[in-house]
Amino acid sequence: MVEKIQPGDAIHPGKPVTVDRYGPAARANHWITALSLILLGISGLALFTPSLYFLTGLFGSGQNTRAVHPWIGVVLFLSFFVFFFQLWRANLPERVDIVWLSKIRDLLSGHEENLPELGKYNAGQKFIFWGMTALILVLIASGVVIWEQYFAEYFSIPARRVAVLAHSVAAVLIICIFILHVYAAIWTRGTLQAMTRGTVTGGWAWRHHRKWLRELAGQRKTGPAE
Amino acid sequence: MDSPRTAVSNPPTQPMASNLGPGDLIRRSATAELPPPTRKLTEVAKLIDVSKCIGCKACQSACVEWNDTHPAVGENVGAYENPHDLTENMFTLMRFTEWVNPETDSLEWLIRKDGCMHCADPGCLKACPAPGAIVQYSNGIVDFIHENCIGCGYCVKGCPFNIPRISKADHRSYKCTLCSDRVAVGQGPACAKACPTGAIVFGTKADMIKHAEGRITDLKSRGYANAGLYDPPGVGGTHVMYVLHHNDKPHIYANLPDDPKISPLVQGWKGVTKYVGIAAMSMMAVGSVIHGVFARPNRVAAEDEENAEKLVEGKPVPPPNHATTSEGR
Repeated sequence: MVEKIQPGDAIHPGKPVTVDRYGPAARANHWITALSLILLGISGLALFTPSLYFLTGLFGSGQNTRAVHPWIGVVLFLSFFVFFFQLWRANLPERVDIVWLSKIRDLLSGHEENLPELGKYNAGQKFIFWGMTALILVLIASGVVIWEQYFAEYFSIPARRVAVLAHSVAAVLIICIFILHVYAAIWTRGTLQAMTRGTVTGGWAWRHHRKWLRELAGQRKTGPAE
Repeated sequence: MDSPRTAVSNPPTQPMASNLGPGDLIRRSATAELPPPTRKLTEVAKLIDVSKCIGCKACQSACVEWNDTHPAVGENVGAYENPHDLTENMFTLMRFTEWVNPETDSLEWLIRKDGCMHCADPGCLKACPAPGAIVQYSNGIVDFIHENCIGCGYCVKGCPFNIPRISKADHRSYKCTLCSDRVAVGQGPACAKACPTGAIVFGTKADMIKHAEGRITDLKSRGYANAGLYDPPGVGGTHVMYVLHHNDKPHIYANLPDDPKISPLVQGWKGVTKYVGIAAMSMMAVGSVIHGVFARPNRVAAEDEENAEKLVEGKPVPPPNHATTSEGR
């Protein structure tokens, strides 16, 4: 039951064929999360290294940056986890992911035809999904521990030291994953429109997620929705 | 004028210019390139002789008065500490410990004046992310510059002595300044000036070490074999030092750290995490740009679109590549 077709995914015949991949709610969810992550990255990096402290100017002052960063974190946490419950099923790992990963060189050298047919997400996308999930959990938990304004007195100073280190390591990792996510969406042409218009072309789905496309096409033919 | 030599002199009646300026900074938080100091001031130190302290709290009163802080009226919970902890309005605090000496089986009332130690290697300054919020002068004073403070609490994590306190009112960090504003005009700290027994003395660090030696000799002659000077090398020495009658176990004095140093977690956070982290993020970003410029993008081919159209129209399309598809799961 892993590759259950997600509600809202549908094919529209035409030239080219278009395929609904993300509905308006999912896209709104994605962009709230994305904007939060970018603002958190900027404000967090400003306090991570003196060479980027000038970025606090975008928030008005260092005091404002310090005050607003945790609240944006709360927005991101809530927004991401609404998103999480829409996506997690389609991101469960499968055996085909190992095959796909073992042929990642073919993907990078432009021989995607040598890779197995995939459902809605490939192993790279799943890695980003679960990586973000795990790191956001670490970041919110450690972030609360070092949220000076409200929670300082509830945690010992040694615990706060562990938390501030965990928070910065997790932040570095999530920024790396964020860069990977953005770049993969740009390098794989035709991907961005999935999160802007909500649709991809049939050719994009055929090329990258053929199993998903075949399932959607099969569903149309057999008529009743699941 | 160099550093003051004592806390007992009275100030002149004429106004004086401050003798501590930007040219006296040897460290400035979150500042990579600090111009070298224009001169080297003589290092100062406050020496607290625990064996002479009577716990009168005159130092606390003097501190409140000079720094114009307004500690809230406290409540009695059956302990002598008043207030119960350092606060953003109480930069120094007498901490009382009732300790039974196992060797003599006698009760010793240990009174330690707690407050910033003015470390030579200050953990607060190392941890601080705000440029210029924490500075260290060449005379050894570590000072918080409140207008640059952002209230993040990193100094609290950096400090090995649990000293800085963040105000809930203005979200800025406060601690003992070693009366830098008094020292700047040739005066010693207010607490040292107020102390009625001479338990707190102030002068150059060299003089204070010499003064401590005399006190330690005296204590040893009276049976305190482990009397000594607390000037912990783990933080490079401090500019507030204690004479302890039991210098072999500083922790009995209300948890004074035996071997304070900046936590390895803080060192790792401000050291390797920062450098490796910035390198990793930069490599990801630069690598993406290089790949984007030089590698061929992954484009959808015309035949992909044709195949999709055929699939949707029910026409024959290439079958699943079953050698590599996921069958079963």
